[in-house]
Order: sequence, then structure tokens, then C-alpha cells
Amino acid sequence: MANDKLKADSVDPWWVRWLLIGATVGFMVFLLVLPLGVIFWEAIRKGWGVYVKALTDRSARNAIMLSLVAAGISVPLNFLFGLAAAWATTKYTFPGKSLLISMIDLPFAISPIIAGLMYVLVFGLQGWLGATLASWGIQVIFAVPGVVLATIFVTFPFVARELIPLMQEQGSEEEWAAISLGASGWQTFLKVTLPNIKWAILYGVLLCNARAMGEFGAVSVVSSNIRGRTNTIPLQIDALYNDYNTAAAFALASILATLGIITLIAKTLLEQKIERQNGQEEST
Amino acid sequence: MSVEVRGVSKTYGSFTALRDINLKIETGELVALLGPSGSGKTTLLRIIAGMDTPDAPAAEGAIADRADGSILFFGEDVATMSVGQRRVGFVFQHYALFKHMTVFDNIAFGLRVRPKSSRPSQSEITDRVHRLLKLIQLEGFGQRFPMQLSGGQRQRVALARALAIEPRILLLDEPFGALDAKVRQSLREWLRRLHEEMHTTTVLVTHDQEEALEVADRVVVMNQAKIEQVGSPAEVFHHPASEFVIDFLGNVNVFHGRIAGGDFQPGPLSANLPQLQSVGANATKIYVRPHEMKIARSKEDADAIEATVERINRAGVNAKIHLQTNQNDQVRVDLPLDQLDALALEIGERVYFKPIQARVFAPDYTI
Repeated sequence: MANDKLKADSVDPWWVRWLLIGATVGFMVFLLVLPLGVIFWEAIRKGWGVYVKALTDRSARNAIMLSLVAAGISVPLNFLFGLAAAWATTKYTFPGKSLLISMIDLPFAISPIIAGLMYVLVFGLQGWLGATLASWGIQVIFAVPGVVLATIFVTFPFVARELIPLMQEQGSEEEWAAISLGASGWQTFLKVTLPNIKWAILYGVLLCNARAMGEFGAVSVVSSNIRGRTNTIPLQIDALYNDYNTAAAFALASILATLGIITLIAKTLLEQKIERQNGQEEST
Repeated sequence: MSVEVRGVSKTYGSFTALRDINLKIETGELVALLGPSGSGKTTLLRIIAGMDTPDAPAAEGAIADRADGSILFFGEDVATMSVGQRRVGFVFQHYALFKHMTVFDNIAFGLRVRPKSSRPSQSEITDRVHRLLKLIQLEGFGQRFPMQLSGGQRQRVALARALAIEPRILLLDEPFGALDAKVRQSLREWLRRLHEEMHTTTVLVTHDQEEALEVADRVVVMNQAKIEQVGSPAEVFHHPASEFVIDFLGNVNVFHGRIAGGDFQPGPLSANLPQLQSVGANATKIYVRPHEMKIARSKEDADAIEATVERINRAGVNAKIHLQTNQNDQVRVDLPLDQLDALALEIGERVYFKPIQARVFAPDYTI
């Protein structure tokens, strides 16, 4: 890494460097930092009383709750799925494996609106399964299950995408070593595999969570925007903003923004951890 | 007998990794599987370990009184045994140490994962790990992490980890392949000494002929999914059974020629040699090791071959002399330094060389 620094500093004249650095910082400030600052400024402009009231309002509390439920269900599920997918695609060979790996990325390639519509077409009252489910008294679309389903869909790839390249790189020699020493499959997973991938798992979970809390498009299609019932935080912000209730909208927005900042910091720390762990591997 | 491989074949799609391999490994011996990459040696090792399964025998190929495609440990078929149940110590080329565990924990791993009923007590484990640390000459390194060790130290830890479970058979997959020459040499000698002490039946996979010849009791030379020759290091080196073996075990000059009069005589080549390059019905290849040549400044023998000195490399016990014949064939001659000095050869000079000993592997003809 010391070498990288040396190289970067020695090539270009100072004014090129300062111009590029200045332009980058300028863009960042105008497009990212200032707008983010505005959110917090607008949120508390009308005083703390308004801010607190906006957050403790019944429909706001419900939106926060629903977002937590959606994330609370989709993140663990995608954690399990991601782990299973990474394990299956890196430790075994089977026909259609590369197709499966590229399928995992599908939610990234499809617009979230389309994702929402797909669920409406399958689970909606006019959809394939909607009528059957309705006859059992289960409503998916325009209700909480739809919101959860849409969230799962859009956050599907996060954990798997983190783990697959890492586990591919690590190979399975350590696992074979453990098994040859008499460890069971479960012992091998807990004592050998998991410690090697724990930071990558956390990284994937973190990004998965951020997306789950912030998803708008897909959720907006399957939710009917019933305040206090099927609105998540982003949907509630949108609704409040459309009502010209800016203070309340920005108050809720500040929660998501804070979550975003925390995610960013945690992500940076995790990246350092992962890099250090990979560095160890290279020297092993 | 520790390990018996009976008619094992292995194919991956259209690639044949092993073709009807039969091999017996005696208890307490150190056998090297030697061959180029892709020869099937690692596949065979992994099949012995249970990390890979041999192909099921073809129905018509199976002979009634012979269990085709099976591996036996001490006379017992291990087909249904998992890797763990086979109790083999496996050492990988890239060590495969658990990098988040200390050296101590790495070595203790195989004991700690045992079910409670057969797990040694904490103090027994500590004792055994310390004994092993002493054995690998890394006392006091127990609390280090693998990344704090050198490559040679890591591989010794990997070996200790494998030995901790008191394996019935020790399997080493290119154990010194990732180390530099100096460390490799000393680890090789150390491994041999260790083997003299422990006498654990050991199978070592290597592509390094020097390593195989130096360490092993017996060498199994493999090529293209088949065993070419099995024998002691001296046997395979001095009596290679095939063109492949002589070519793979050290340098060799290959002359294309034919046998005059349809008569083939093993041993020193006679007047037939000057007819190199001629192509006849009984065209063949003649193999001569670089040290099995003599060089003279004048044509002392009628059948000596004329050549030009191209390059002389004096580094080593023997000087390596590169000659070029009038037919533009490259010939390598190894000559003791004192003989080279006596000859006082110069680059570009005309000389005459003659094989002292040569080998011919006629098709369908074994010597």
C-alpha cells in the first residue's frame, strides 16, 4: 500500500492533483453532503417539539414498525439463503450452477417497480394465486405480507454476492483438512468456515438491511399506501411530502439518513476487517 | 499391507484422470507418486483419502473374483468410510492451516472435535500437542498464528496437525511444492528422518523427481492416468521401464536412428550410431543420459560423432556442455570439471562425442 501512495504522488504535477481532488470534493459537497445536511436542517427547523411529535405520531410509529418488520424478516431469510447459495455454488458442482449464480443477481437487473408488479400479478386478486389465497382469508397484495415479499425480492442478492467470491477464493482445502481430522460437517462449518466468512456475512447483512429499510419502488407497488397500516418509512415520507407536511417528512427522512450514515461507517470498518483477513490469506 | 488400490479408474466428463490403477503399499513404507501435472497422482491420493470417489466399475469389465475400483486399508474395503472414519493424515500443498487459530489450536483440532466418549482429556491434549511441537522443532510457537510463521514452519505445523490424530496412513500432497529450494531440501531430509522414527505408512505426491528419488522407499511413476513404473529410486533411475520414465527422471539426450540389420543390442551402441536421422522401417529412439557420454578432441573411435561446442556451464559438480551435431541436433554432455579442464574445450571447437551407454525402448519391446 505504501507503494500505491508513492506512485500516485510522484506522477502528476501538483495543479492536476489539486484540480481533480477539488472537483471531486466539490461534487461530493454539492450533490451529497449539502442535500443530506438539508434533511437534518429541515427536520429540526420548526423546533424539537415538532420533530419529536412527527416521529411519535401514530402513523409514523406504524411506518417505522412496518419497516422494522420487513427488514427483520427479509434480512435473516436472505442471510440463510445467501449462506446456502454460497455454500452450494462454491463447495459443490452441479449442472446449471453458473445459471443459478447469475439468477441470484436478477433483482439487481430488474427495476423494483417491475418486481412489485410481478408480485401483484401472482398474488393480486386478479393474479394466479390471489383468488385461492383470498378464499383462505390470506391477503398478500396491499397488505403487510406483500411488503415483506417485495423487500425480500429486492434484497435477495446482498449476502450471497458478498460470500460467493470470497468462498470461491478461499476454496475448500481448510474444510477438507477439518473433515480429514475427523470433524463433522457441522463442526467444520462452525469452527472453520464461519470464522473465515463472518466479516463478509456481516457486510452483506448490513447492506441488505440498509436496502430493506430504504426500498421504495417495489414496496410502493404492492402496498396500497394505507397510512398506519401498509406504509413503510419511505412510503410514509412520500405521503407526508405530497401533503406538504415537510417538517414531518424530513423528520422521518432524518431517521433513514442517520441509518445510512451509520451503515456507511460500519461498512468502512468491515471493509478494513475483510481486507485484513484477506491479507492474512495471501501471506498464508 | 496398508493400502491396496484395485482397478481404480476415474473420469471427469471426457477427461480420464486414472485408468485401471493397481497398487499395493506396504505397512511402514514411504511411497512417492511421481508424475507431471495431469498424470493423475493427486487424484489417486484424494481417492485414497476419500475426498474423491473412484468410478463405479463397468459391468462387463468386472471380473468376478476381483473387486474392481476399490481401496483397501489393511485388507478392509473403505468404500463406505468417510474421510474422517478412514483416519488418514492429509497434508496439503498450501498447508490449509486454520488461520484464525493458534498453532496449538490447529494441532489440537483433530483431538478436540472427537465425540466426548473418545476425546482425550484437556491435559492429555496439551501433552500431546507439546510433544508434537517438539517433534516439529517449534516448541514455544504454540501461541503464534499461522500468518506469523514461515512457509516451512507452516508446513511442519500442518504435518503435526495431521499426526495428532495418530493416522493409520499419512498422505502428503505436494507438501514442499510452495517452498523455496533451500527450505525444501532441508524439509525433505527432515521428513525422511521423521519417517525413520515413526514408520507411519506414507504416500507422498510430487512432481519433483529429485524429491521422490531422495525421500521415498519406492517410487510410483505416473503418466497420463497410468502407472509407468514402480520401483526403488535406484531401480527407476537406472532401469527405467519406458521412454517416459527415462525422460522424466532427469535429463536425457534423444537420438532418432534405426537399428542396423534389424538386430538390436542393448548396452553400448556400436557402429549404428552415425546413421542418426536416417528413417527406416525399424526407426527408433535412442536415449543417452548426459553423464553417459565421452568427449574427445580427435576421432578416436570410428563411430564417434562430430559436433560443435555451443555452450559450457561450469556451475555444479559436473560441467554442462551443449553440443550441436552436423545434423543440428542439440546434445547435452555432463563432464566432471577435471576432465573438462584436461580437454581445455573452447566454444566453437569441433569435438567428437560417443555414448558410453544407451537405451532403446522399441515399441512392444521391453528390455
